[in-house]
Amino acid sequence: MAAREPERPGKGAAREPERPEIAFADRSRLVEGVRAYGLIVAMWLRSTLAYRASFVMTTIGNFVMTGADFFTVMLMFSHVDALGGYTLPEVALLYGVSATAFGLCDLLVGSVDRLGQRVRDGTLDTLLVRPVPVLAQVAADRFALRRLGRITQALLVLGYALVTLDIAWTPLKVLMLPLMVLSGAAIFAAVFVVGAAFQFFAQDASEVQNAFTYGGTTLLQYPPSIFARDLVRGVTFVVPLAFVSWLPALYVLGRDYPLGLPEWVAFLPPLVAGLCWVLAGLAWRTGLRAYRSTGS
Amino acid sequence: MLLYAVVAAGGFRRHATYRVATAAGVFTNTVFGFIMAYTYIALWDERPQLGGYDQSEALTYVWLGQALLMTCAMMGGGFESDLTERIRSGDIAVDLYRPADLQLWWLAGDLGRAAFHLLGRGIVPMVLGALAFDLALPGSAWMWPAFLVSVLLGVVVSFALRFLVALSAFWLMDGAGALQMAMLAGLFFSGMLLPLNLFPGVLGEVARALPWSSLLQVPADVFLGKRTGWGLVQAYAFQAGWAVALLLAGRLLQSVATRRVVVQGG
Repeated sequence: MAAREPERPGKGAAREPERPEIAFADRSRLVEGVRAYGLIVAMWLRSTLAYRASFVMTTIGNFVMTGADFFTVMLMFSHVDALGGYTLPEVALLYGVSATAFGLCDLLVGSVDRLGQRVRDGTLDTLLVRPVPVLAQVAADRFALRRLGRITQALLVLGYALVTLDIAWTPLKVLMLPLMVLSGAAIFAAVFVVGAAFQFFAQDASEVQNAFTYGGTTLLQYPPSIFARDLVRGVTFVVPLAFVSWLPALYVLGRDYPLGLPEWVAFLPPLVAGLCWVLAGLAWRTGLRAYRSTGS
Repeated sequence: MLLYAVVAAGGFRRHATYRVATAAGVFTNTVFGFIMAYTYIALWDERPQLGGYDQSEALTYVWLGQALLMTCAMMGGGFESDLTERIRSGDIAVDLYRPADLQLWWLAGDLGRAAFHLLGRGIVPMVLGALAFDLALPGSAWMWPAFLVSVLLGVVVSFALRFLVALSAFWLMDGAGALQMAMLAGLFFSGMLLPLNLFPGVLGEVARALPWSSLLQVPADVFLGKRTGWGLVQAYAFQAGWAVALLLAGRLLQSVATRRVVVQGG
């Protein structure tokens, strides 16, 4: 997995050049980016595991913290049997898929949201002079293994959903599970990168990013039936978060899609993820080119 | 007294400097407000009058939560990380030599911070929430000052809690773990997740009796007119009682802690 993520922005970039030798140069740069990402991650892993007790505690803290979301859902279901027409196991599936995808993305590229701080304090300049792709560096920066706590919590909820749900499994529905988690992580990762690119322009606006990332995953943890149609339209067609969990998960559940969308949209997540990465790559390049050092 | 007023004004001004960050925060609070509001509508559609609130009162509770999140620092985000850092680095020795009381000094700064966040990050989400949803705003004018008093007491309780957490750095050195625990407690027990009235059985009773309920649940109930007359006095007494008890505990811990300070020369 670690090798997959940073590859994507390069793919968007690799389409541009016409001449084969530049394409080749680009590809080696891409391999270099992946390698650098791996090396930086390995470095942070060593430093994290040097303080094992601290690692265990922060991981547990992460687990409990993100569990607060599902605790809220359970509290709600202690008062009602269904929320927006969905039962607890059904909501748990939506929650599990969205939270696992987000957790995976957060682990792999979550650090990019610190970009604004690096722009402000001038430490981004250090990254620019290194012969390593900047995106690989900021994505691997302070790689936080404790975020496994979030993934563990999400997987437990997903497991609970799969055990309690009465689903008529077909090969397609089984295949849909890993597909939506991986595509979902990629879609979230693209949102993270676009958010980071935005921070080149608005240096201390990292909270706007939180609205789309943390806010997005919170939104997807509830059934689409409870939200206003315009909000659902927004997260389907503008920021395509609906493809992370709602559309593919509703296919698994055999539920109607929001907005009267046709059945095949449930299979679009990989395509949507690819498209998001092309756009994220462009946004990142634009941001990086516009960067002016603070000079401090 | 003038000194602390200046410190408070400094706290206000320090946070007022970050205008883009404030706007970004307002945006995020608003987005979360919308998401939570829809989940509350779904919940109250199923169970009207849940927890003694009707739907518009429940929606008001959501937006109050977003408006007060930073003011009452329910998930941290105030002076406490600065203070733990000063303790860890030893700069705290400089603070102890100042002709000012350590606790009052940080309290004044935190009150300034809270005042800024109430204006900067409280009003706009609340107004947007009121435009988009049918909120239960106070019927009589005196409810607003009554609410503000409750918020002020909530901020003091929040400060006193975070001061205790920060002082733990004298023993733990690295305050990160303690800050994380405090963040969790604030999230769970302030009523930020769901109104504490909805917490079941003993858990609910304990949650309502803990100091964190002063940060959101009590001010929200004052705002919603659930605490009037004698009930309002009781609400204030609850908050003020916790404030005094926790400030005194902080003072005690401070005097024990400062005896541990060894000033290294050089």
